Amino acid sequence: MSFDGALVRKDFPIFERFIDGAPIVYLDSANTSQKPRQVIDAMTSFMQNSYAPINRSAYRLAGEATDAFEAARSKVARFINARSADEVIFTKNTTESLNLLAYSWGRANLNAGDVVVLTHLEHHANIVPWHMLQAERGIVLRWVPLTADGQLDLTDLTALLTDAKVFSFTAMSNVLGTITPVQQLCDAAHAAGAIAIVDGCQYVPHNVTDVQAWGADFLAFSSHKMCGPSGIGVLWGREQLLDAMPPFLGGGNMIADVRLDGFTTAPLPAKFEAGTPAIIETIGLGAAVDYLSNLGMANVREHEMKLGSYAIRTLTERYGNDISIHGPTDIASRGATLSFAFAGIHPHDLSQVLDQRNVCVRAGHHCAKPLMRLLGVSATARASFYIYNDESDADVLVDALAGASDIFGF
Amino acid sequence: MPGLDDLYREIILDHYRSPRNRGELAPPAVRAEGHNPLCGDEIQVYLDVVDGVVNDIKITGSGCSISLSSASMMSQAVKGKKIADVKALVNRFRSMMGLDIADAESDTDLVSIEDDAEVDVPEVKLGDLEALQGVVKFPVRIKCATLAWITLTQAMAEVPTA
Ligand SMILES: Cc1ncc(COP(=O)(O)O)c(C=O)c1O
Repeated sequence: MSFDGALVRKDFPIFERFIDGAPIVYLDSANTSQKPRQVIDAMTSFMQNSYAPINRSAYRLAGEATDAFEAARSKVARFINARSADEVIFTKNTTESLNLLAYSWGRANLNAGDVVVLTHLEHHANIVPWHMLQAERGIVLRWVPLTADGQLDLTDLTALLTDAKVFSFTAMSNVLGTITPVQQLCDAAHAAGAIAIVDGCQYVPHNVTDVQAWGADFLAFSSHKMCGPSGIGVLWGREQLLDAMPPFLGGGNMIADVRLDGFTTAPLPAKFEAGTPAIIETIGLGAAVDYLSNLGMANVREHEMKLGSYAIRTLTERYGNDISIHGPTDIASRGATLSFAFAGIHPHDLSQVLDQRNVCVRAGHHCAKPLMRLLGVSATARASFYIYNDESDADVLVDALAGASDIFGF
Repeated sequence: MPGLDDLYREIILDHYRSPRNRGELAPPAVRAEGHNPLCGDEIQVYLDVVDGVVNDIKITGSGCSISLSSASMMSQAVKGKKIADVKALVNRFRSMMGLDIADAESDTDLVSIEDDAEVDVPEVKLGDLEALQGVVKFPVRIKCATLAWITLTQAMAEVPTA
């Protein structure tokens, strides 16, 4: 395991591209990440040399493809320290993983009046599926509030969790960068008799993940935010819970037997993987996991803590009160995802001006409208850093912001 | 890439800094609300129509310089105009944004606008609104520029027909 920022950057072909004669300053990895050559090559090579159906055919090529596909599952299992690869279900993305849970676990276990606890940090993907269940079943939603600096306010957690059946929360906010105390939250859920669902979409790509140390019940995350391709995501769950759940989608691959009068389900993980999966993307995710594992997730986190601190420091040194960075100030409790307000300039306009210097940031509500309302804004600009970013990217951001104040005036 | 001068014309910044016709109108004025799902911007248009003429219009909400200045200029442009002329203006603005009027039925960006036979699109004067022409060169901002207009169209549909 080794992490050398300059070498990492060279692994990403996109940074060889120039727009208007200048390189791309990609600060939108919380949205989706760029792809290293290792992932691109693994997918290309699989298509060129090994592509075949999985789990269906007896010839050698199909066997090879199936092995490669299942090897990716084992890599993912090791990456998050799952007890077994059978606990790793491939889905389309985090959104599908969370919908699967609300649909399958939720409809089997939740009825009118049952309590599901969420937090004010959640992405729409961890809100709307529960809203849908609320409309259908009459479940009750409770919300863990935030402190002034954007951390979970756990003062009344015990009361909020009383009689709850589910506590579903993000491990890292896609807006504020806040990292939540996952293990403590899982413990609190269990003490109340609830299951603990972790939205790891932002956390897993940037930190060491250990579902057993957390004591979590379920974890959802997406390949596209961790250097892998889009179209593939993961639902990890404790085997016992997954076994007890009814299937989600019905069709090929998820059955043990089908008769005219019914069906029986296949064992895990196939039970939750109906139809032909995203085979090539799964190979890509496996390569992404290898890539990140080689860098070492502790090194990734260290790199981002340094870079995040540097960006926060330089932005505030240069702009003082004209910039306000939302969320925790201490890098130990946050990732390098910085939402900010700048000189009263609308985020769309900021993003437009930054784009002039090829600085890619997201401007918008970040699919977290309840959180936006809490912050009292309709949108923020967000710069998010990843393994291929370095201090020069932060410097260009700082510099390019001056262009916005030139146009819109302080 | 086209320069930012094309986008952020002085008149646009002026309307952004000092938006005209901000505020609300009490019923019988109608109210319509528009959202830009991309960025979370929201705008409310209050429209008071008397005898087929826009007697008053007010706007509230938040947005970027392009959406707010477009709303401000729109409010100035439609005040005192006959509804038929407002519809022609909407069509004219739409075509300046590169949105085909013929596509109005199928386009979800702008609520469809009946094509009055007598509406002669090129003759409608845009005035200050011409300044928004530069937006076309920045396609992702077209939705910002058209938000107020979609909302105005919705408001017009709310006006009770006498
Ligand atoms: C915290 C969080 N949860 C869920 C999602 C949804 O992920 P996906 O769009 O990959 O399903 C995102 C993506 O932005 C996210 O940041």
